[in-house]
Amino acid sequence: MKRLSIYLMAGAETPELAEAAVAGGADLLELGFPFSDPLADGPVIRLAGERALAAGMRTRACLDCLAECRRRVAVPLVPMTYASLLEAYGYERFRDDAHAAGATGFIVADLPIEAHPELPRVQLVAPTTPSERIRLAAEHTDGWLYLVTVTGTTGARSALSSQLPELVERARAVTDVPLYAGFGIGTREQAAAAAAIADGIVVGSRAIQVADESGPDGLRAFVASLRAAIDAV
Amino acid sequence: MTQAETIGTYGPYGGRYVPETLVPALDELEAGWAEARQDTGYWAELDGLLRTFAGRPTPLYLAERLAPGRRVYLKREDLCHTGAHKINNALGQALLAVRLGKRRVVAETGAGQHGVATATVCARFGLECVVYMGAEDIRRQHPNVERMRLLGARVESVEIGTRTLKEAMSEAIRDWITNVETTYYLIGSCAGPHPYPALVRELQEVIGREARAQMLEATGRLPEAVVAAVGGGSNAIGMFAGFLDDPEVRLVGVEAADAASLGRGRTGVLHGSRSAILADEDGQILDAHSISAGLDYPGVGPEHAWLRDTGRAEYLPITDEQALAAFHLLAEREGIIPALEPAHALAQALLLEEELVLVCLSGRGDKDLQTVLERG
Ligand SMILES: Cc1ncc(COP(=O)(O)O)c(C=O)c1O
Repeated sequence: MKRLSIYLMAGAETPELAEAAVAGGADLLELGFPFSDPLADGPVIRLAGERALAAGMRTRACLDCLAECRRRVAVPLVPMTYASLLEAYGYERFRDDAHAAGATGFIVADLPIEAHPELPRVQLVAPTTPSERIRLAAEHTDGWLYLVTVTGTTGARSALSSQLPELVERARAVTDVPLYAGFGIGTREQAAAAAAIADGIVVGSRAIQVADESGPDGLRAFVASLRAAIDAV
Repeated sequence: MTQAETIGTYGPYGGRYVPETLVPALDELEAGWAEARQDTGYWAELDGLLRTFAGRPTPLYLAERLAPGRRVYLKREDLCHTGAHKINNALGQALLAVRLGKRRVVAETGAGQHGVATATVCARFGLECVVYMGAEDIRRQHPNVERMRLLGARVESVEIGTRTLKEAMSEAIRDWITNVETTYYLIGSCAGPHPYPALVRELQEVIGREARAQMLEATGRLPEAVVAAVGGGSNAIGMFAGFLDDPEVRLVGVEAADAASLGRGRTGVLHGSRSAILADEDGQILDAHSISAGLDYPGVGPEHAWLRDTGRAEYLPITDEQALAAFHLLAEREGIIPALEPAHALAQALLLEEELVLVCLSGRGDKDLQTVLERG
């Protein structure tokens, strides 16, 4: 079965949204720990991060949010953040405190593959990544490999990236780890098309928009529609 | 430390903290630069352009009426084509972009000087040019916006966050991530991921090389102190490079008091490198403030953080008011209108005890007239 990962920004409503996403069929949740200058993020996640920071979602509050999500849902929870937060908090301390709060893995958008092995994490590769480097990322990755479907920042796109099939093919040639495709996936059609070739998909910006516009019920319905689309693959 | 952590580092600073999409582009840049800097043809072409297009060498000028009783020399980067030292870097990188086969260039700008320099070299080489500039800086450095447009560049107003240099740089990097296959990112200072800090430093070393020889010729000795303003740190590192191996020369970098990442910052990661950053205890980047758009940046090039830690250079703060006073003084006493950035260096130079001082006058002040007039 294909895996469905949903990205949510840490915040006061997040535990409730996490429940809704899991009720809709999410297998995994990524939890954004906001950073003031998120280079890998497009407008939707950037704005969500700005709002979260304005509401006081600093590292400690994000860890509390993570713990609350852990109490409410059983799926893997993966904090996703940037190096600056970890520099300030301490890499090992962050790993330990996040594990204690219920994290099952990490994603850091701007750490080089080999840096800070004390923080095992899901590695990202992009269409520009040469095969040799995909192999290196796969060797270092924790559980699955995150395929960034586009050369670009996060955010829904009108069409699924035409670069994805080639990236999947190159990754399959060098590794057996599961491949989840993310960045730019927002509709059922895109989800189905990506799930047809990858082992899982990640939906972020569009999920945040739906949660903003129509709350937990809307998010549950949206996730359920993605679930149905990828299960039909 | 692993290899990834040690490439392009200055002590614990520097490195490459970027989304994976950019890593191959940085590898390509590093290889292209390694090749170019071994190539006498590259340097010959650059030297020719620096002479005939940019107006190098720039003069060394003794500012007798500015500091009577002392010898304060000004390295006149304000006389460079486009009005600041930024052209040294822009020319060198444009040649590199052409070598790498990139036809589209993106850049960030704060004061607009780097944007103008980039627009200029893109016009000269027939490259497409997009410059990201914070909305606040577009307002306060308007003449430079018009100049960029006249030169054929597209100026993208950045409306997010602080609407200044920090956000402009983030947006330029996001553009690069998106268009990495066709685009060259022409960074304006010795910041950013490896190899940029080393590359920009080497292209700005011409300032220090010329100034050292000119000081020896004019005075028969080396200056007691060398002073330069530090935004990202490129004019300062270029100037300091000429004197790093002269331990008797005091090196003084001057930061805007409310943008003093070296003076008051902590170690953090911003825009691809680890350095001294104005950040809070959670690692969130803080807003910088300066009357000078070119110094209004919460980070700094990693080599400066290392020069600070090793004690080879020191970094002192100057307030908006002190810089404005020095701005007026230079205009009235010497007939030179400086940019607000080097006005900080001048203000600090006037406070030093040393008798023989070299100041990097990194740019001219035409762009700042509106700001200065508003302040009365
Ligand atoms: C004239 C001038 N001096 C100094 C600076 C600061 O940059 P850097 O520290 O890289 O020299 C700027 C930046 O815009 C500038 O225009």
